[in-house]
Amino acid sequence: MSHLLEVKNLDVKFDTDEGRIIAVENISLSLDQGKVLGIVGESGSGKSVTAKSIMQLNPGNTFYNNNAEIILDNENVLKFTSKEDLKKIRGGKVSMIFQEPMASFAPAIKIGAQMVEQLLIHKKNMNKKEAKSLSINMLNRVGIADAEKRFNQYAFELSGGMRQRAMIAMALSTMPKLLLADEPTTALDVTIQAQVINLIKDIIQEYQMGVIFITHDLGVIAQIADDVAVMYLGSVVEKGPVNKILKNPKHPYTKGLLEALPDVNNLDAPLSPIPGNIPSPLDRPTGCVFRTRCPHHNPEGKDGKIEMKLVEVEQGHWVDQCGIKCGQNE
Amino acid sequence: MSDNLISVNNVSVNFDYQENFISKKQKIHAVNNINIKIKKGSFFGLVGESGSGKTTLGRAILGANKISSGNVIFHDDERDYDLTNMNKQDLKEYRKKAQLIFQDPYAALSPRMTVRDIIAEPLEVMKITNSRQETDERVRDIAAKCRLNIEHLRRFPHAFSGGQRQRISIARALVSNPKFIVADESVAALDVSIQADILNLLKQLQTELNLTYLFISHDLSVVAHVCDVVAVMYLGHIVEMGPSRELFKNPKHSYTKALLSSIPSIDPEKRSEAIELKGEIPSALNPPPGCVFRTRCPHPGVDCKGGEITMGLTEVEPGHWVDQCCVL
Ligand SMILES: Nc1ncnc2c1ncn2[C@@H]1O[C@H](COP(=O)(O)OP(=O)(O)OP(=O)(O)O)[C@@H](O)[C@H]1O
Ligand SMILES: Nc1ncnc2c1ncn2[C@@H]1O[C@H](COP(=O)(O)OP(=O)(O)OP(=O)(O)O)[C@@H](O)[C@H]1O
Ligand code: SF4
Ligand SMILES: [Mg+2]
Ligand SMILES: [Mg+2]
Repeated sequence: MSHLLEVKNLDVKFDTDEGRIIAVENISLSLDQGKVLGIVGESGSGKSVTAKSIMQLNPGNTFYNNNAEIILDNENVLKFTSKEDLKKIRGGKVSMIFQEPMASFAPAIKIGAQMVEQLLIHKKNMNKKEAKSLSINMLNRVGIADAEKRFNQYAFELSGGMRQRAMIAMALSTMPKLLLADEPTTALDVTIQAQVINLIKDIIQEYQMGVIFITHDLGVIAQIADDVAVMYLGSVVEKGPVNKILKNPKHPYTKGLLEALPDVNNLDAPLSPIPGNIPSPLDRPTGCVFRTRCPHHNPEGKDGKIEMKLVEVEQGHWVDQCGIKCGQNE
Repeated sequence: MSDNLISVNNVSVNFDYQENFISKKQKIHAVNNINIKIKKGSFFGLVGESGSGKTTLGRAILGANKISSGNVIFHDDERDYDLTNMNKQDLKEYRKKAQLIFQDPYAALSPRMTVRDIIAEPLEVMKITNSRQETDERVRDIAAKCRLNIEHLRRFPHAFSGGQRQRISIARALVSNPKFIVADESVAALDVSIQADILNLLKQLQTELNLTYLFISHDLSVVAHVCDVVAVMYLGHIVEMGPSRELFKNPKHSYTKALLSSIPSIDPEKRSEAIELKGEIPSALNPPPGCVFRTRCPHPGVDCKGGEITMGLTEVEPGHWVDQCCVL
């Protein structure tokens, strides 16, 4: 069976006043129906840019490489240019939810009206009445009490957690095959975060969609993802099944993230920061992108002589080749 | 001399609230009847969800929010300051001794000032130093302690990363040589690696400079790692308080238990052990009578439901306090 989504050799560059920024370089990812692919990494690592590429939401100064492919449901979305084609992805086969739900709702239009309008655009044979009842059902489904009342309210009238649910309801009402969730729980309190994670899990079960879940929180990844890709400065440095990545990390960056993380179940572990700072994307290191901060010694890697390339170290577990060498000197 | 640096006695903070000018005036009960003692040299943690009153309490202790009832005493070496009863001179001195580190290292620093001027500003405003040379010396000294280089001092804050900016804010807070620091969500906006670096720095400065912290955070894992005592707030009340290891190992209050169970475990094999809380925190305009948590409590006792019980902490083990409703 072919994958629901396959990203192949994707570069994303931006032209800015200061020069050309490499935001994403040569990444390849795949996702199957009913599965969750987590993307983790620090701020600026290229997580959002990757997600936006799938929906063609990056701005006008964006350049993709010619050999890149983003195959969704057997079509390369990077070749989409017409409005009709783009409509197939945006709000059609793909929906996106964000950290800040206010970004998804127009402030002056009632939540219900926005849901109905979106449905009428994407579902040709649906009438207004059907769209309304589906929207109310969806609001109900995501655990919003008094769905009919909320349908007639504005986004700002809802609490943070409720707004997040409403956004999820709107994203799901068109029955997308792929859901892109960009830090959807980062702004929420832990108890509400736990509710939203459970909600997303239930919905994946029910509708069998594929999900890309972006976060910088490894705990959230552990709770929701099947597979994980760890990004650093635009590159995927390690990827594989969630168990393998979190319990048997191979790349020094993944290890570094885990060592910096405070774990409530291990209060005696010191918090060890990764030394140094993330370089500017304008001055991205050649060779291994992590080499300026790598705490371990690997002379060839340090000099930038090893090209980046993922190598399969065990079934489905891929690690950048420079990172493997660093680990071996321990 | 007291072991405590701060005593908070029966403190409540209310805000007036009026939806529009014709509707009737209401009161927001942001902080209710709080009693805490912060030991000298401790790292005191305050946790709780958004809106639970952490910032309001922190600001009240700094003298930056009016206290509606109760009092806060700052036990200095020579004398006690009663924050609810201070003259201008006292307030000026207190400001030097108690400082705030902000949450957002991006918003807090003025873009037009050099790092040197940002750090020096409190010294100049509070007229602590007598010459430019003295000011420069103190700025250089504290900058070095916060691991900033001398060259950094001439630059503007936009040239710095999040972690470096947070170090600048810390240096600014510490330059007046305070004894007490309120750190309100000071690492919330930072990536984990930078967060670890800043937490280590705060710890190190604590020993080096004899500081006492009130550390406000909604991140329980962080609090568990750095704080020696933790108070858990919900809807303006402290529902549980104790030595942090004891509290994390042996939580007694239903809310604390739910909160701890909601921390996403880093172990993919331990999924979904969260005690799911229904709904959201009620409005601080109309807190439920009796136990404030009872509208969301997964296991309210028979006595809890009516809401006739009055809240208040009771000591269940030495230093471990739990709301009396929940231990009935
Ligand atoms: N429109 C743009 N023009 C120029 N640079 C951009 C643009 N969008 C993103 N970038 C840059 O691309 C890089 C990757 O950004 P991206 O938003 O994907 O990071 P992220 O991993 O999502 O970070 P965060 O965790 O902070 O959301 C960053 O260096 C960012 O500054
Ligand atoms: N100046 C003010 N005027 C009116 N109400 C206020 C004011 N400051 C805070 N409140 C209210 O007091 C309550 C406690 O707010 P506070 O900011 O102390 O919470 P917090 O625990 O710091 O939350 P967060 O985690 O979101 O920072 C909230 O209901 C808030 O809306
Ligand atoms: S006092 Fe009762 S209602 Fe309140 S938290 Fe405890 S068990 Fe629940
Ligand atoms: Mg992002
Ligand atoms: Mg606050």
